[in-house]
Amino acid sequence: MSKEGLEISKRKKILTEKFFYFFLLFLTLVVVAFVLGIIIYLIIKGSGAINWEFLSQKPREGMRAGGIFPAILGTFYLILGTLVFSLPIGILAAVYLNEYASKNRLTRVIRLSIVNMSGVPSVVYGLFGLGFFVMLLKFGKSILAGCLTLAFLILPVIITATEEALKAVPDSYRHASLALGATRWQTVVKVVLPRALPGIVTGSVIGIGRAAGETAPIIFTVAAFSQPNLPNSIFSQVMALPYHLYVLATQLTDTPEGVQWGTALVLLMMVLIFSIIGTAIRTRSRLRRKE
Amino acid sequence: MGKFKSKARNVKSFLISRFIFLNGIISIIILALILAFLIANSIRFFSSYPFLEFLTGQKWSPTVLGEFGFLPLLTGSLLVTFGAIVIAVPLGIGSAIYIGELAPKAVREVLKPIIEILATIPSVVIGFIGIKLLAPLIKDIFNIGIGLTALTGSIMLAFMSLPTIISISEDAINAVPTRYRHASIALGATKWETTHKTVIPTASSGMVAAVMLGLGRIVGETMTVLMITGNSPRIVFSWLQPVRTITATIAAEMGETVQGGMHYSSLFAIGLILFIITFLINFVSNRFINRIRES
Repeated sequence: MSKEGLEISKRKKILTEKFFYFFLLFLTLVVVAFVLGIIIYLIIKGSGAINWEFLSQKPREGMRAGGIFPAILGTFYLILGTLVFSLPIGILAAVYLNEYASKNRLTRVIRLSIVNMSGVPSVVYGLFGLGFFVMLLKFGKSILAGCLTLAFLILPVIITATEEALKAVPDSYRHASLALGATRWQTVVKVVLPRALPGIVTGSVIGIGRAAGETAPIIFTVAAFSQPNLPNSIFSQVMALPYHLYVLATQLTDTPEGVQWGTALVLLMMVLIFSIIGTAIRTRSRLRRKE
Repeated sequence: MGKFKSKARNVKSFLISRFIFLNGIISIIILALILAFLIANSIRFFSSYPFLEFLTGQKWSPTVLGEFGFLPLLTGSLLVTFGAIVIAVPLGIGSAIYIGELAPKAVREVLKPIIEILATIPSVVIGFIGIKLLAPLIKDIFNIGIGLTALTGSIMLAFMSLPTIISISEDAINAVPTRYRHASIALGATKWETTHKTVIPTASSGMVAAVMLGLGRIVGETMTVLMITGNSPRIVFSWLQPVRTITATIAAEMGETVQGGMHYSSLFAIGLILFIITFLINFVSNRFINRIRES
């Protein structure tokens, strides 16, 4: 091949390379534009509707005016109740896997089930919650039934995050504690768990974000179409932000645009704040560990 | 006294370890419970409605005609899922290659959290955006009566599956040993040739697993499809028609059923089928991923 030929083939190579780089960059930018587009558009359309009245008042005129306070409060109750059930179970399950379990067939099956649990569609959790908590245990459509259903849904998140955090605690800590005569349980409670706390908090916060945004599991187990009166027991139904948005968008379509966009924005912000807090805690504890 | 104390301590630690064990196997218990409840509640339907008629029936009209044909729901789910995968694969794999292999470190640090944010946006918000922005767009572009179609659902579901596809594919790319890249460069290959002839083939099985996990997400997604695919349980073969998926049917109809009745039971039955489909998809893709991790 002549020198010129080599030049041309090299230039061709550079050209193909450039083309593919730009193509892949373009694909990535499409994804980024989608995410940022949704967030920015929601802020632009929704922020006008959000004021103190919107956040603190009950809905009026068949939910077409007034505020969304009952839905915010309902989601808050659901989050709290979900944590009460999922946190202890999730942490202990992770403690079992990382501190107690031996590497055998059972442990493998447990890990497989955790992964498969996170793949079960959320609407199936809803069906299960309806059949088990609402019907069989006769909790009715209630905060209790909804929280238990959501707790099951986010368990895999909490177990996985806690186990990661436990794994990151150096074995020398455990050995030192055991050598001082502490039992395995004392070692877990007094030495391992405190060290793993940031990771556990991160996992829980991310789990909460997920629970706060879920709609399908709460439709049959707790969510009320309209319940302006605030709940007075764990057997009450509540309104919840995601279900409220669903109702506004598909059933009360004559609701003023502002109310709809405002509700969507409040929900998105709630979920984003949880995700940002979770990420911040994780990053901080990682930086500290490096020091 | 000392002996007694140590005995009490033994009993206590035995009880504690039993209790922890019980929590440890909670995931198995829950999965078994879910399966048991789906089966228990669908028995009434399967025992009184002919199974063949259910599988091959062309009409889903539980209240008006009393017909429970699964085909319209199946074609609805297949249509939406297939469309979503066709859109998600180039976007997901392409972004993963860019983020995992080509992007400078600073750019990567910006891109990754943005993709993570996508995973946290609730499906009802995506559905809402679909109704407000995408559906009118589809309506205008294709000049059709309503914009709530299978295609509308496919587009939104594709984006919702991207966080899964991108992060798992990126893991697969990162798992390719650096010495492979060095060897390729040393042989005179350019950076792109290395990516395209060495890195991508090595990571390809991980990418397949990533797409399958994304597929599991798409098949199980409920709220978005319920809101934007038009809610019409008819057999159609066009992406520009309204459809109704398995998941959307459960969510849409469960509220109106008589608890314990035939319709109620039929929704558990299609829930059971949905559970089995997603379970199989996840099971196979996780086996894939584990095998890659071990090797």
